[in-house]
Amino acid sequence: MSQAVAERTSGAAPPAASTTHALEAEHPHTSTGVDSRKMLMWAFLASDCMFFGTLIATYMVYKQRQELIPPVPREIFDIPYTSVSAFVLLLSSVTMVLALDAIQHNRVARMRTWLIATALLGSVFLAGQYYEFTSFFSEGLNLSTSLFGSSFFLLTGFHGTHVAIGVFWLLSLVVQSWRGKITQANALTIEIAGLYWHFVDIVWILIFTLVYLIPE
Amino acid sequence: MAVVAAPIPHGGGVVVPTTEVTRSYRGLWSWITTVDHKRIGIMYGVAAGTFFLIGGLEALVVRLQLWVPNNTLVSASTFNAMFTMHATTMIFLAVMPLSVAFFNFIVPLQIGARDVAFPRLNAFSFWVFISGGILLNLSFVLGGAPDAGWFGYANLTSKQFSPGPGIDFWILGLQVLGISSVAGALNFLVTIINMRAPGMTYMRMPIFTWMSLITMILLVLAFPAITIGLVLLMFDRHFGTNFFEVAKGGDVILWQNLFWVFGHPEVYILILPAMGIVSEILPVFSRKPLFGYAVMVFSGMAIAFLAFGVWAHHMFAVGLGPLTDAIFSATTMLIAIPTGVKIFNWISTMWGGSIRYTTAMLYAVGFIAMFIIGGLSGVMHSSPPADLQQSDTYFVVAHIHYVLIGGSITALLGGIYYWFPKFSGRYLNETLGKWNFWTFFITINMTFMPMHWTGLLGMPRRVYTYAPELGVTTLNQISTVGAIGLAFSILLFVVNVFVSLRYSPKAVADPWDGATLEWSISSPPPIYNFAQVPVVHSRDAFWAMKYPDRTEHGDLPDGDGTGSPHAHLAPTGHTGQPAADLVEAKPTLIHMPAPSYFPFIVAMGLVIAGSGIVFTFALTPVGILIMMAGIFGWAFEPA
Repeated sequence: MSQAVAERTSGAAPPAASTTHALEAEHPHTSTGVDSRKMLMWAFLASDCMFFGTLIATYMVYKQRQELIPPVPREIFDIPYTSVSAFVLLLSSVTMVLALDAIQHNRVARMRTWLIATALLGSVFLAGQYYEFTSFFSEGLNLSTSLFGSSFFLLTGFHGTHVAIGVFWLLSLVVQSWRGKITQANALTIEIAGLYWHFVDIVWILIFTLVYLIPE
Repeated sequence: MAVVAAPIPHGGGVVVPTTEVTRSYRGLWSWITTVDHKRIGIMYGVAAGTFFLIGGLEALVVRLQLWVPNNTLVSASTFNAMFTMHATTMIFLAVMPLSVAFFNFIVPLQIGARDVAFPRLNAFSFWVFISGGILLNLSFVLGGAPDAGWFGYANLTSKQFSPGPGIDFWILGLQVLGISSVAGALNFLVTIINMRAPGMTYMRMPIFTWMSLITMILLVLAFPAITIGLVLLMFDRHFGTNFFEVAKGGDVILWQNLFWVFGHPEVYILILPAMGIVSEILPVFSRKPLFGYAVMVFSGMAIAFLAFGVWAHHMFAVGLGPLTDAIFSATTMLIAIPTGVKIFNWISTMWGGSIRYTTAMLYAVGFIAMFIIGGLSGVMHSSPPADLQQSDTYFVVAHIHYVLIGGSITALLGGIYYWFPKFSGRYLNETLGKWNFWTFFITINMTFMPMHWTGLLGMPRRVYTYAPELGVTTLNQISTVGAIGLAFSILLFVVNVFVSLRYSPKAVADPWDGATLEWSISSPPPIYNFAQVPVVHSRDAFWAMKYPDRTEHGDLPDGDGTGSPHAHLAPTGHTGQPAADLVEAKPTLIHMPAPSYFPFIVAMGLVIAGSGIVFTFALTPVGILIMMAGIFGWAFEPA
């Protein structure tokens, strides 16, 4: 026993196979078999549902209150334009799935390509939102114009912030993959980022439907 | 074995030989970088205790001002700041973090884990919490404390009616504390679901762990509502939106809805951990398993589920219409069923048991009595016609204090007496403890019982004075004397902590003949908690190990540990000597997570970014940069 312990004192050798790990980095044992990081993301997304739910509820409460102050939703929305940018965002979910599939088959370069594609599509969506916001501003809709303006910009801006964080996250993963940190063994890293990304896309389907397609 | 007297830095982690109790982490830096759930729990407890004293002083100012009619001790605006900060402090900075201290210290021990699922996230939660608390209190010296009441009704909080920075401090403090709470809740949710010892199925989990899990679910789902509400308020105050601007069509009732959608689950966030603590203490000092364990679990779930469907009972005075009022009245009355079930189960747990009235047990029994009174006045509020009369009077103040002091704080104090040996390795003094309990029990009733009458006689809450003709002077004076007595009782508790840390005998591992796994390891536990991860075969796992002949639902053998409040002075046959298969230490090395300063950096970045709202928004990008640097360091640090 003292030998085994003394061995560890001598330097920074990796732990022996018999070492008991409290928190193993690679494959921690959990009660449910689900990785704790993945469960954390699911629980966070549950919380995030409530965030978006509250914002959407606020929007729904307020959009009927002030029909009189222009510009009103049906005048200002450009449905074909926003449909294209929604399509771009949905497409990014496909590329995200392809990135995960690639790393699960140990194809790092291919995964990197798809990650960059996903980040690019996300950025295109964000650029589209920037253009949409500026054109709304020029038509006279801003945060203080009306309750519609206040709640519209807050809701879509909150979603846009989520997309921006996602893009940033994806680019960090690309950088990590160049440093050789992402392998088939920790494909879970990509899977968790994917969970977040798909969630943000799904929320946009809801917002697009409730805010743009049902403007009354 | 001198060569292993210190933990060995090892591949980013710390390898601790199981054969020695580590006492090597010292100094301020070790506390800033710690990721040990026990140390974080102690820090939460000390911080919460300090804020509790500050909040108590604020309450004393309120009570002294109400000593005589038309008193001029403090101005109306100071009075407003005092009751606002008293409530905000007690709820967000005292009771919640004190519960979190118990989650941190006790839950991993009860489920047989060596730490939480995300130790660094845990440290992050603490540092965010403490910064939020300090910032909120800095408002006193930086331009005025918030003074719009703890539920900050719109449009009292608008720039027009609250031009000073007080409300901005309140928004900042609550947002920051919310981030801390949600991060902590996500962490403990995953910990309880994923880190249980082998064999510990859901229905074998200790009841405190169960109530913690339910609290986590409430936190995760309830906090977003107030976070968004506060974001709307912040945009109104700083970016020109009109969410709560009545003149521009804004709806002040939206704030009330958002606040109480959070606020009512919050009430159960404050009480469920307390119920869990009481459900641990009663069986141990009655020497009987908890009566109706499964029903206790499911009634906890029922309370949590109903919590999201009762919020409008805080808004009966708004005039929401008869249908809305009727629905929320009915759901509110439903809550009485699972709560009543719990009360009967606690009483049945004691029924026929061999009861030891230690201080912890006195507090647990006191909790039942006080919570019944607070629960009964709560049911009275569920009837809209009655509630309309009681709204905004001292009757409501009486109710909330019976459930929060008589309920939560009583149980938390009992929990401290119960687990103090595990926290510190020393016992709290029982003589001082009994003085503490009885003065506490008498003075809370003296303070809050008369408020039922002052309220029904028509004295409004939150008004800084009252007229002599109202006829509530004597009642108010009884309350004020009670409050001073209560301060004395809390002082006794503080003295007890310091005296006991210094002079009490060293605690054995299992002084109360406990039922749960935390009593199977030394007091205080070693840094790695369990030399060998325990294997659980039944509910009340440690009792099962000590009394192998007992059936799972059977009582404990008679004659052990009864009658003596000083169980440690007359140790039972089993005290501190757990079953052999549990502690047979094998020569293994345990890989523990390394200390890290990144959680601290990320927390500071977050708080600096947030404090842009009270100082200058130039701080926000700086804070975000610090935060991002911290997150990258965190992500690339070997765990």
